[in-house]
This record gives sequence, C-alpha cells and structure tokens, in this order.
Amino acid sequence: MLERLPDHPAVKAIVAWNADALTDALFDRSELALTVPPENIVAAVTAMKDAGYNAFEDMTAVDWLPSEPRFQLSYHILSHKYKDRIRIKTWVSSEDPAIESITSVWAGANYYEREVFDLFGIRFDGHPNLRRIMMPEDWVGHPLRKDYPVEGYR
Amino acid sequence: MVDVGTPILQAPPAEGARDQHMVLNMGPQHPSTHGVLRLVLEIDGEIVVRLYPEIGYLHTGIEKTCEAKFYQQVVPLTDRVDYLGPMANNLCYCLAVEKLLGLEIPERAVWIRVLLTELTRLNSHLIWLGTHAMDIGALTVFLYTFREREDILRIFEAVSGQRMMTSYFRIGGLAMEPPLDLFDRIQSFIKTFPEKIDEYSNLLTGNPIFRNRLMGVGMLSAEDAIALAVTGPTMRASGIDFDLRRDMPYSSYEKFQFNVPVSNRCDCWGRYEVRLEEMRESIKIIQQALDGMPGGPIKADAPKIILPDREKMKTQMEALIHHFKIVTEGFNVPAGEVYQGIESGHGQMGYYVVSDGTAKPYRVHMRYPGFASLQALETMCKGRMLADVVAVIGSIDIVLGEIDR
Repeated sequence: MLERLPDHPAVKAIVAWNADALTDALFDRSELALTVPPENIVAAVTAMKDAGYNAFEDMTAVDWLPSEPRFQLSYHILSHKYKDRIRIKTWVSSEDPAIESITSVWAGANYYEREVFDLFGIRFDGHPNLRRIMMPEDWVGHPLRKDYPVEGYR
Repeated sequence: MVDVGTPILQAPPAEGARDQHMVLNMGPQHPSTHGVLRLVLEIDGEIVVRLYPEIGYLHTGIEKTCEAKFYQQVVPLTDRVDYLGPMANNLCYCLAVEKLLGLEIPERAVWIRVLLTELTRLNSHLIWLGTHAMDIGALTVFLYTFREREDILRIFEAVSGQRMMTSYFRIGGLAMEPPLDLFDRIQSFIKTFPEKIDEYSNLLTGNPIFRNRLMGVGMLSAEDAIALAVTGPTMRASGIDFDLRRDMPYSSYEKFQFNVPVSNRCDCWGRYEVRLEEMRESIKIIQQALDGMPGGPIKADAPKIILPDREKMKTQMEALIHHFKIVTEGFNVPAGEVYQGIESGHGQMGYYVVSDGTAKPYRVHMRYPGFASLQALETMCKGRMLADVVAVIGSIDIVLGEIDR
C-alpha cells in the first residue's frame, strides 16, 4: 500500500518518522487510514502535525466486542495546506484500557477525549481534566460500549 | 471496567477560588445560553477569572440509538441533532452512507441538495443573528430575522411536509419530487432577501451599542482557533481561509462560484461580519443552483436500497418485494469505515460511520462544530467582563442539541 502512495505527504512523514511503528495502512474509499501501536500515538500525531496536518478535527472510539484488542481509537486530522484528511488508528485492549492523551499536541482534543472516557471508559493519561462530560458524574457504566443495552433497565 | 474515581470529579473553578473570588453559576436555564448550557464562572468583581462549561443536559444518546436502527432509520434521528440545520445533518449522514455503498446520485438530486442545504445555512444564520442581537439588547432584529426564517420554514414545509425535522434527503437521493412551484418560491424569496440583509445591517452595523459590545471582545487568535479545533465562521473570523465547500468539495460544490468571507479581526465583530457576508454568498449559490437545475431522476438506480415509487409498488411484484425487504430487514452495507465532513452553518460537521457488513450501522459518530467551539470559550472570555460572556456565546453560534447529542 505504501508503495502505491509514495508522494502522499502523510505517508512520507510517517515513513520518515518511524516506518517500523506503522502496523497497517489502508487507502479505502479515497480515505487514508494509518494504524500505529497505542504507545506511539503522541509521537505519530506529532509527526503528522509537523508534516502539515495542522488541524485536529475529530477523535472517537469503536468497541469491537468480543475481539481483542477491543477498542479502536480513530483520530481524524485535517491539513489546510494539502486539503486532505487522514485517519490515525490505534487499538487498546479491554483490560485497563488506557492511552496517552494528545492534548499536549492539540488542546482541542480535550473534550473529545473526555467524551470517549465517559462513554467508553478509556482512560487518557496526562489529560488535564479527565471527568465525565455527557453523563452525570455518579453514573455507573459506559453507554457506548457494546455490552451496554440500548433499551431497558441496566 | 474503569473506575471513574472520585479525586478527579471536582469542578476546576472550586480549586482555584480565592477569598475575593466568587463562583457563579450561569444556566442551565438561562435565556442567553442558547439551550441548556451551564457555565461555572469564577469571577473577581466583574472580571472573569475562569470559566468552565458544564454540558450534557441534553444528552440523549443519539449515537447509541443509531446502532439499533437500520441505516435508513437513522436519517430522522440526524434532524434532531442540530435542530436549526436539519438538511445539513441529513446531507452529511447520507453522503457518508453513500460513500460506504459506492452509490452514484443523480445530478438533479445533488443540486436540489445543495439548494436546500444553503437555505438551511440561511436559516441557521438568521437564528444566530436574531438571538445574538437580542442577547446584546437589540430586540428588534429578532423580529425581522424570524420573519424571513418563517419564509424558509414554509419552503421546507412545502418540500418535505415538515417545518423543522425535514428528513427530506434519503440515502440514494431525495424522498420525493419537490412540488412544482418550489423553485419559483425560492426564486422570489432570494430576490428580496439581499435587501433584508441590508435591513439587518442598517439596524446593527452602525449601532454604537452593538459595535461597542462586539468590537475587541472575545479575541481568539488563529493559533488558538486551530489548536482548539474551532471551525467554521468563528475560525474564518480569526483569519484562517478554509472552507470545506471550496477546499474539499462534496456534493458537487466545485461547480458553484462563491467567495469565502474571511476577517482578520479575531473578535466578535469579525464573526458578525463573516456570517453576514456568508449569507450573501449563500444567495449566490442558491441562484446558481436555480439557474442550472438539471432535469432527470431524483433517486439513484438501486432498487435494493431505495424504496420504490408508490405507483410501482402497487403494480409490480418485484418492486413490492424490494419494498418489503427494505422495510423489514433493511439493506446491507459493505464493511468499512468512512468519515464525511461538510461545512454546516456552524462550522465543520462530520459523520464517522463504521459498518460491519450488516443492515445496521456498527458505530455512528457525529462531529459537530459547537462541541469544539465551546472549548474556546474560556480563552475568549478570560480577563473580560461578565457581560461579555453573553456576547461571546452568541458570537460562536452554538446549538446545545449538537453539543450534547
């Protein structure tokens, strides 16, 4: 895949940063998705930021119960210069789901990480204010997990 | 399961509160917070020291609900997220699913979508202008903008049968052929609308109170806007020239000629100017869409995805079977994930749809501009007077439905 897109600025940047850290790359429906291990996420988004992908746009999680690692985290980053968007993906396992916060790179990831913490129960280390954002603070459980029912009583 | 713990539950203003500082609660039931926004403010006299938005009062779990619905059943849910821009929500979701399906949409449907999305932008900006001016004390403008908004809502009612929750765009096209006189109605509306914008401008632009309340208030630098993921008119008022409609065109926006208004003022006044100018640009797009409106079908040729016409359903066995299957078991969408971003009235909206190959979306994530803009509120209000907070909330144009989802 990487050979087919040698001129793509994001691909160039990630190969220059650490080609071994890249576990998967997919160009599907004209969207580029790069997968990195969770311990490298801050370094990976920093490399992207330096490569011209300047605007953090969105971040969320997907729960792939019962497979392991269970949670997929997707970061969408936009480049005003290249007029292009990339998706950085990473996976965290269900026991003690935690990842480093990217708020040091983009302060705007703050609410997005709080939302994922609240609704998926993934902890973000180094986050300035990791509290529930949507649900009441005494709420038990994380609604967007797949083992949380859509209707009925908990 | 992660322990949500107690040590981090303390609201930040309480820690920093000194003797002379007061912690003030603004909202959730406050007329100028545009919904159920609660702000915890730490103030020193009348100066804002810290500001902390407390959201979630309108959280309805729409993203979770989507996972239990068929793809086509999600469309009405999207209306209710940003309830001031229903067509923009529909468009973004439909484009995302169509990208997953690889569907080609007939040109007429695409153009009608552009037309109505721009009307939605006008609708959203009119409400912003009316409420923003009202927050500041200029009550008259509210009555004027709601007069024009009523015209837009009547057009929406004519086209979809609903004033606000339209659900007019469907996966693969439009719900039905628009009424015959629709284009004439829109034409007569936009013919008079530029004068109406001049009218608002006459009421506000030269108004010394309005100027003093906005100029130099709520400063947000370009660097901060990018760092805090602020998008849309608020970002463009900070001098960043980026608009998804022009720079990453979707739904054939590349065929339309329009300017992207940008201001370097970085304050509330800049946001006012940018939005007012955006309304004029929207009219240009609507005019081009009306002039070049192509003919042809309004639904893609995909009988297994799009409900057949009533006529066919009653006469053709195959159409009846397709109808029955779509309604009872939905349609399968190929596995994959897409992110579709569009420029809504408030900023960059995005739908992240993940499919596992079944008839129900595995995950639908909605990125709404207000959620990110709210993060910038503290940066804009810090060190300013308490009354400026109201002006700044108005100027970033938030809707709590889209923030809490």
